[in-house]
Order: sequence, then C-alpha cells, then structure tokens
Amino acid sequence: MASEQPVLRIEGLTHTFGGLKAVSDFSTELHRNEIVGLIGPNGAGKTTVFNLLCGLYRPKEGDLLFEGTQLRGRRPHEITSLGIGRTFQNIRLWNELSVLDNLRIGHSSRLGYGIVDAFFHTRRMRATEAEVTEQAMELLRSFGLERHAEVRPRNLPYGLQRRVEICRALVMRPRLLLLDEPAAGMNPGEINELMELISWVRDTYGVTVWIIEHQMRIIMGICERLQVLNFGETIAEGTPEQIQGDPVVIKAYLGEPVA
Amino acid sequence: MERRGTPLLIGATFLLTVGASSLGLYNSYVEFLIMLIGINIMLGASLNLINGYMGEFSVGHAAFMGVGAYVASLLTVWLLANDRVFGLPVLPDGASILVFPLALVVGAVAAALFSLLVAVPSFRTRGDYLAIITLAVNFIFKSVIENLDAIGGPRGFMGMGGVLNAMERTWRVPWLMIWVFVSTVLTLYVISRYVRSTMGKGIVAIRDDEIAAEVMAVDTRRLKVVTFMLGCGFAGLAGGLHAHLLGFINPSSYFILQSVMVMVIVYLGGMGSLSGTVISAVGFTLLLEALRPLGVGRWLAVPLILILLMRFRPSGLMGDRELPEVFPWLRRYFPAPEDRFLKETVSGQ
Repeated sequence: MASEQPVLRIEGLTHTFGGLKAVSDFSTELHRNEIVGLIGPNGAGKTTVFNLLCGLYRPKEGDLLFEGTQLRGRRPHEITSLGIGRTFQNIRLWNELSVLDNLRIGHSSRLGYGIVDAFFHTRRMRATEAEVTEQAMELLRSFGLERHAEVRPRNLPYGLQRRVEICRALVMRPRLLLLDEPAAGMNPGEINELMELISWVRDTYGVTVWIIEHQMRIIMGICERLQVLNFGETIAEGTPEQIQGDPVVIKAYLGEPVA
Repeated sequence: MERRGTPLLIGATFLLTVGASSLGLYNSYVEFLIMLIGINIMLGASLNLINGYMGEFSVGHAAFMGVGAYVASLLTVWLLANDRVFGLPVLPDGASILVFPLALVVGAVAAALFSLLVAVPSFRTRGDYLAIITLAVNFIFKSVIENLDAIGGPRGFMGMGGVLNAMERTWRVPWLMIWVFVSTVLTLYVISRYVRSTMGKGIVAIRDDEIAAEVMAVDTRRLKVVTFMLGCGFAGLAGGLHAHLLGFINPSSYFILQSVMVMVIVYLGGMGSLSGTVISAVGFTLLLEALRPLGVGRWLAVPLILILLMRFRPSGLMGDRELPEVFPWLRRYFPAPEDRFLKETVSGQ
C-alpha cells in the first residue's frame, strides 16, 4: 500500500481570511478505498479544507496533489472533471430543476456537443442527451431513487435529499468523494441508513471517501482513520479508538476541566 | 394532430400575419402593431434568457438593441437607399432582398460582440455588478451616438424607408413583416431549445445555486458569457427590425425607457417562462396602444402595472412555467423535449 501513489496528498496547506488563519500547515494523505474522517469543533477549518481542495478558494500556500496532479490554481469545474465529487454541509441541490436534471447537469463538462447543437437539437445532441439521461437514470435506480426522477428535490424528505446529493456527486464517476457533514440534521434511523450507504458507495463505485462529521456514531462506525483539526491546525491523527481517548482532542471539544 | 402543435401554431400565425398582410387585409397601423408585437416578443424572450433563466440582472437591454439597430440600418441605407449621408445606393434594388437579412445578421453579431465587452469584466465577479455595468453601457451608448455627428448625432438617422421601398420594388410582398415573423420564430425556437438542453439548464443551475453549479463541473463563467451574448445578439436582431419598422431612429429610442419596457414585459410574463413572455408582449404592446389617448399619462400605467403585479402575482403571469405545464391537455400537442429523451431511454430498456 505504501508503494502505491496516494489518491490525495496535501502538503503544507495554509489559508487565511484577512488576519484569521483558517487552515495552517495542513498535510494529509488519502489512499485508495479508504474512508477517512476529518473532525474538529465548529470553526476549526474543516470545510475550508474542502473548499480549498475543490477550488472555491485559492490556497495561499501548499500543494494539493490529486493522483499526482497539482490542483492548485485550477478552477472548480476542472477539478471536478479530474475526478473529485463533493456534497455540501447545507444541501446544495438545484431546487428549480428535477432530480434527474440535477444529475444530468453533472455531465455538463463532458457533453461533447456545442451550443449550436443545443439550439437546433441536432442528432449528436439528442444522442448525447439520451446517453446522459440513461446514465443518470441508472445511477438513480441503483440508489433506489428512480421514482423521484421528475420531482424537484425540495419536495423530498431530508434524508432523500442527502441521498440525491451523494448521487449527484457520483455522476462524474469520481475517484474521491468529499462528504461535508452528511448526517447533519438526521435522525438515528436515517444515520444508520447513511452509514450503510457510504460503505456501499465506497465498495460499489470504488471511491475514496473523506468525511467531515460531528456524529460520533458515523465516525466510530465507518471511518478507518481520523484527523482532528482545531483553529486550523491538526491536533491529532489516528484510528477512531486512539482519537477517542486523546486528551488533547477532549480538551479541544470540551475545554479545560475546572479545578 | 398529436405532437404537431408547434408547426400548426407557427403555420396559423404565419397565415394571420404575413398571409393576411399580403392579401392587403390590414391597414398599415395594424401591420405596424403586429410587427411591433413580434419585435417585443424577441426583446422579451432574449432578456428573459438573461434575467429570468440565468437570474442575472441586465438593465440596459436597449443598448444592445440600439447597436443592432444602428449597425443594420447604416449598412442597408449605405448599400440600398438614396441618402443624405451616404449618397446614391451602392447596389441595385434587386440586391436588397439578400442584403437586408444579411444586414440584420451583421447587426445581431455586432450587438453580441458589443455585449462581450460588458460580459467579460462583469461575470468575473459575482453579484449585482452586471446591473451597474449594463446601466452604464446604456448611457455610454446614448452619448456615443449623440456625439457621432456623421450619422446624425442626437438628430437621429433615417432612410430605412427607402430600403423597404427598394425591396418592394423588386418583389411586392410584405418583406418587413416576413422578416419579423421569421426572426421571432427563430428567437423563440432557439431560446426554448437552448434552455431545454442539459447545457442550457446549466444557467438555471447557476441561478439556483451558483456555488453548486461551479463545483458540479459547469464552467459557469463561460456559460454566463455565452448566454449573455446570445440574449444580446437576439436583442440586436430585434433592434435592426425595429429601426426599419420606425424608419427613423435616434439615440433616445434606445435608452432607459426602452430598457424598462422590455423588463416590464419579462417580469409581467414570468421569469423563466417563454410562453409568459409571448403573452405579456402581446398584451403589453396592445395595452400601451390602447392607452395612447392618455398621452404622457400612459407612462403612469406602467409603474401601476408593476405595483399591482408585485402585490398580487409577484412571480409574473406564468411564474417559471410554460403553458403546457399549466394546462396539461396541451401536452398532447406540445410535448416537452425532456419527455422525449425520457421515453427514448425508458423504451430502450
């Protein structure tokens, strides 16, 4: 495993907002088919790491290597096309469009027809659309969502919206899947389903999964490794069991014991 | 009958406009109104693409219309009419039939290229910059034309009537009506197909959640620029027709008032609804004509309509829906293309 190139290697990633150091000298390596957790108290810089990784912010310093390709300086859509899919902390589906369209738009960068084809619905355009639709429907079927293809996402229950968002992130067949607090706002039943779903996605689609999460059940249940952030800095790293007993982590979450 | 709704509708409209007009069934005022409606539909549909579907806020649509108007009329008058500025026509009357549509296309392309100057800087940033920049562009356009004395400056430019005469001398059919009809159909056809393709739906995704659109592999910057150019190009096409319809244009024809009129058509019809835009373009044009006896007072009616609209139907007549979605029985005649894609794949299983 050590000889294999890591799926993702981040080195010395640093980013500031004004005077605030959101991420400071962050480094990590993710290997194929791992499920890795990124945890930390609110404001620790977890989502910032994701946003830097997918090109929404431009890092001030550091290297982001995805399968050896430098991501720094690339625009978000290019990074996604390289093979990184993500979901958002607050679900960001397009509510004005159907579930099916949400998935189809994921193909935008690989449509292979031009704007003139779009104007006149040429044979090439229709062939591509049929193919894209078929692929999207297939994905929906394997997620058990095909019944909801024509529905606008906002009309679906919360758990299903999360499912659709993960589905959308997989449209481009990414090799790295970023999940930003996928269990936020879910009840225990939904969380169990989500855990099964994430493991199933990893096995079925062969992706490496990187999760930001607060729910201990998920972290302890499916993450193989954990990294803990606080104030932009990595304060601990290891297996869930090691992290659970780490006094530094407990202090970061709960504060110093009162004497 | 089924699924043939669109060609039937186009055919019927053709007979009612171009057909009846060739037979001399309308007086020139009715003809003028019909053409004005067509032009307003084009303007509304093209602005709806930008402000409705894409959710940007362009407030200077008339500037792009004006570019098309001036470029097309300068070309046709220079080549085809006996004019103060350019002197005798360069080409014989017979050429007019070909030159006229070409000049319209050149005007549309000029408007699209001009819009690129606006689009590139304003879409680099997010937010309301487009509104400020398009407003400024509308002012710049007016001042530039006013200071170009060679083409009439603030006094305006005329001679387009001679162009239409040259065409009618060659072959006696209602040329302008034909081209308004063709352009309106083309505009609606292209825009409706564009916004129903996965590529075009990207602009709705941008309106809905731009961050998600950016991350989900939509090249938002490019898509926004292309869509803006498309909308402005159709405004330029409408402008060229408008100039020939009026026979006389001046810089204030393409100023804020005109921009606002197009915006009212879009908001009245519904953001993101082409059938709404058509309905409101027809209704609004006729209403303004009906209020003509009020003189300047009719400009009080426009804000009043807007206030009533915001109070009682803030998303416009149709919202973002099309007629077949409101009246499902229409679906038999006007199937949405996405239904087709879906059926093709479902039957392919």
